[in-house]
Amino acid sequence: MASSGHTVKAFDEDLTDLRGLVSEMGGLAEQAISASLQALVNRDLDGAARIVESDKRVDEIEAEIELQVVRLIALRAPMADDLRDVLAALKIANIIERIADYAKNIAKRVPIVSETQAIEPLSILPAMGRLAAEMVRDALDAFAARDAEAAVAVCGRDRAVDDFYNSLFRTLLTYMMENPHNISPSTHLLFIAKNLERIGDHATNVAEMVYFAATGRQMAERPRGEDAFGQLDDLDEKGGTR
Amino acid sequence: MLEPRPLKVDAPKMTARSVNVYYGAKQAIRNVSIDVSMEDVTAFIGPSGCGKSTFLRTLNRMNDTVASARVEGDITLDGEDIYAPDMDVVQLRARVGMVFQKPNPFPKSIYENVAYGARIHGLASARADMDQIVERSLRRAGLWDEVKDRLHDSGTALSGGQQQRLCIARAIAVDPEVILMDEPCSALDPIATARIEELIHELRGRYAIVIVTHNMQQAARVSQRTAFFHLGTLVEYGSTSEMFTNPRETRTKDYITGRYG
Repeated sequence: MASSGHTVKAFDEDLTDLRGLVSEMGGLAEQAISASLQALVNRDLDGAARIVESDKRVDEIEAEIELQVVRLIALRAPMADDLRDVLAALKIANIIERIADYAKNIAKRVPIVSETQAIEPLSILPAMGRLAAEMVRDALDAFAARDAEAAVAVCGRDRAVDDFYNSLFRTLLTYMMENPHNISPSTHLLFIAKNLERIGDHATNVAEMVYFAATGRQMAERPRGEDAFGQLDDLDEKGGTR
Repeated sequence: MLEPRPLKVDAPKMTARSVNVYYGAKQAIRNVSIDVSMEDVTAFIGPSGCGKSTFLRTLNRMNDTVASARVEGDITLDGEDIYAPDMDVVQLRARVGMVFQKPNPFPKSIYENVAYGARIHGLASARADMDQIVERSLRRAGLWDEVKDRLHDSGTALSGGQQQRLCIARAIAVDPEVILMDEPCSALDPIATARIEELIHELRGRYAIVIVTHNMQQAARVSQRTAFFHLGTLVEYGSTSEMFTNPRETRTKDYITGRYG
């Protein structure tokens, strides 16, 4: 359906540049997620510091995207799918910045967690992180390909991340109850798990923007996962979505 | 070829059904059906030669003046067939006024430009009535304050934007129901254009307004409904906000995003 290029070729170049920036930013965020968990597992303080440092580049790209979008709207007056694309790029850049912040937050906890005694649930986090990072990557691939179906598929996977979080939450509770010395490391791991859970939610938001950009319609309300307290979302379940 | 959709609006002022227009052997309009609403400004957009101006001209029978032109189909104004043999074309054009691309005031005074139509249609008997019509029309066209002290200067001495508003005042003076505008701003600078667009906004609701424009931003700014013409067919007709954010047809999208041909 993507028809031929614009009569004004420079317009195409602007749009391509903008997409390139979004891809670059997304790649950095995705990398930061996996690297932060690597650093956590390996107690790699230098690695963690590098992640905190690299977040500055993500913020720079976000600012660059904002400028580009303002310029593009002012100079090219994009319409229809072009307009939706440009707005999606702006919103996605904003979401990726948040995602990268969560990864940075995980990296910042590495020195503290490294000082505490290792507890077993730590080993589950990299798998959860991989899932969340995959969602981010696939959402951005869907943006690059303007693929609404791929975007829907990303949203479908948020539940798996939520399930990870809920199971970790329960496990960490039992660790804290068993031994008060576990409370400090468990709390940090819980925050990290929560960060990953939020990354999954944000990847879903990216996917929803991709869907809107590609189709001009809002994605239908998705069924949500049960939260750790098993009550709020029960109201939304309306039976039979599991 | 797409099925022509029944493009209905509530309480249409004008309707066109299955309209074909030929210039000699060449078909310029193919099976166009559309409703024009009283409440909304309707914009016709499309590339050069798509038939939008030709179609606009069928709405007040301006094509009658082209010897080779032939119009088929039904066009009604308040349900009345405007191509009926007993239709008074002069009367029709008073009810369906027109403003053209280039301002074309008569080489007469500002006052006479506005009074002319009202006079030949016998709308004013006394001088005072005519003064009132001239003032009201110039006010509605947003020109009164600029010309009230020089009503007897020549209309052609005004600036381009003022001349165009004078032409709109002239169209308004005969108390039309519909105003057709064929690229009314294409000869004007951005400030004069903005004033005409503001005027269109003010006139909305009082008259059914149909505007042909090459400037898509203008269509987006002034209209509530947009019709996209291509190669003599009506490709898409819908709410302007929908057309410019999420057009249904690929051809519409390619045109408004600047990918056409």
